[in-house]
Amino acid sequence: MMIASLCRRALLGVSLSALATLSSLPASADQITFVSQGGAYQKAQTVAILDPSAKKLGITINQDSIPDAWPAVKSQVASGKPTWDVVDMPTGNCLRGGEQGVVEKLDFAKLPNAAAMPEAYRSAYSVTYEFYSSVLAFSRKKFPDAAPSSWADFWDVKKFPGRRALRNHPFATLEAALMADGVAPDKLYPLDVDRAFRKLEEIKPNITVWWTSGAQSAQLLNDGEVDMVMAWNGRVSALMGEGAKVGFTFNQGILQSTSLCILKGAPNLATAERFVNEAVDPVHQANLPLHIDYGPANPKAFDTGVIKPERVAQLPSAPDNASKQALMSYAWWSSPAGEAAEKRWVSFMQK
Amino acid sequence: MLALALPALLVILLLIVLPVGWLAWQSVYHDGFTLENYRRIWSEDIYWRSFALTFQISLLVTLLALLLGYPIAYAASVAPKRWGIVILALVVLPFWTSVLVRAYAWLALLQRTGVINQVLRQLGVIDEPLALVHNTFGTVVATLHILLPFMVLPLYATMQQIPRDLMQAGASLGAGPMLAFWRIFLPLSLPGVLAGSTLVFVLTLGFYITPELLGGGRTIMISMLVSRNVELYDQWGAASAVGVVLLVAVGLIFFAVSRFIPLDRVLGQK
Repeated sequence: MMIASLCRRALLGVSLSALATLSSLPASADQITFVSQGGAYQKAQTVAILDPSAKKLGITINQDSIPDAWPAVKSQVASGKPTWDVVDMPTGNCLRGGEQGVVEKLDFAKLPNAAAMPEAYRSAYSVTYEFYSSVLAFSRKKFPDAAPSSWADFWDVKKFPGRRALRNHPFATLEAALMADGVAPDKLYPLDVDRAFRKLEEIKPNITVWWTSGAQSAQLLNDGEVDMVMAWNGRVSALMGEGAKVGFTFNQGILQSTSLCILKGAPNLATAERFVNEAVDPVHQANLPLHIDYGPANPKAFDTGVIKPERVAQLPSAPDNASKQALMSYAWWSSPAGEAAEKRWVSFMQK
Repeated sequence: MLALALPALLVILLLIVLPVGWLAWQSVYHDGFTLENYRRIWSEDIYWRSFALTFQISLLVTLLALLLGYPIAYAASVAPKRWGIVILALVVLPFWTSVLVRAYAWLALLQRTGVINQVLRQLGVIDEPLALVHNTFGTVVATLHILLPFMVLPLYATMQQIPRDLMQAGASLGAGPMLAFWRIFLPLSLPGVLAGSTLVFVLTLGFYITPELLGGGRTIMISMLVSRNVELYDQWGAASAVGVVLLVAVGLIFFAVSRFIPLDRVLGQK
């Protein structure tokens, strides 16, 4: 089974690059191949960002999608002939790609839109593209009056009895544990990993499920399998939109992002840079949350007037919401200490 | 003769020998020859724990499949032909449904607000919902359901070949039905037992979807470690090494089994 899945991954990589080659056959001078994660998200960004950018720049944007681009990015660059240009992937992968030489170093002189963004939102190899947040979500049926509103509440099984779920991954989970233990959201990094795992041991007996997919986290809450859960804000607001009796708080949420980065040796480097700059244009960015529950990465999007005030209030990266949250440090997570913490997770789960 | 077999051999070479060889190669080669990936498996606790858990679950599923499967196969083989077909169809039909669908179906049945807990609560049997899923129990139930046909079919095939005259001969010599079954039928059905058990055991070893979906995150089987290894160590060598160890374990099991019965029997031929 697992041999099959590994081969499938390998074949997928091959067939995807074959597809990309095919789709780039009707070659025009200015074109790029852009890769994202597919689904509703890629549809939303096509309408909000990709199509308008292509029109404004007069280029063709070929699209490809893959749930986890990282292995394919590595093997494409290793092959010496990448077919992709720009990839939208978790910010940590862009940083790791920079260190390993599979991602181009960016020249911010050519990226004025990105250069104007807060420094924490970019790196030498990446520009933040959109924000989502790991938030504390809860059942309104179980907590009709006083709902849990901080990670300390999540950890407080006496004051808030009930079943809980956390993500089966150290990202955001360690941050939440430290905030539950009293660390301020802006004082998290470098993470005190020992302290975080100690705090997690405390809550572990009360965790019913360690979820592995976003869909699962929403289903657990919706079915009443758990009463509170750390989940991605978009998943919870989708449930709320369907009328489920659930809620969430941005307080002490962990703000996470995907970023744009360019493959090393990308076939259309110059066009790729033009596109990256255009993709974080405030107006395009402001369009994104009109189509999906993700927040714009460029804070200037909130000054464009495109997003209505009631919508602004729902977005993780809106200034008022962002100020209550912790900004995940992908630089820390891709450092040796971060990687060691990630490896420690499996043995924590097994014990 | 060889010329006739050549296309088939080529397919085997392309689809099995090359990928497996590549798998083995990358488990020892990463910027030079290295045994690091195997050293890690040898020295880190998580691998031992996952291998132990995987073997325990495989053993449990195999035993349960045998306990459930034997009477079913027996009933199918002794019932009138028409009924035998109905019984087999009931076993095989779910077999054609996607594993993913069945895993989610078990979730709908077993979870806290699931069908089983709801019914038990309404009947007043329980006050608090039972924890039937998101643990090893849920994993075992779903895996068992998915793999049961692999036990029933080889058993049925073997049982059908047992001549009924033997039982009558036993009876004419004074054996009651129980004794005749115990002394005649059961021993003759053992090759089927071994075949079915081997299949179920080996398939459980590599199971991924059910522990991932129904294990609640705590039931970490080897297949899940393979995917974790790709994520964590960011190179396929680490995952390949785990795969190779599992492959060797399966190979050894088949070797051991083949000393008792011919392998083609295990795989359902003849």
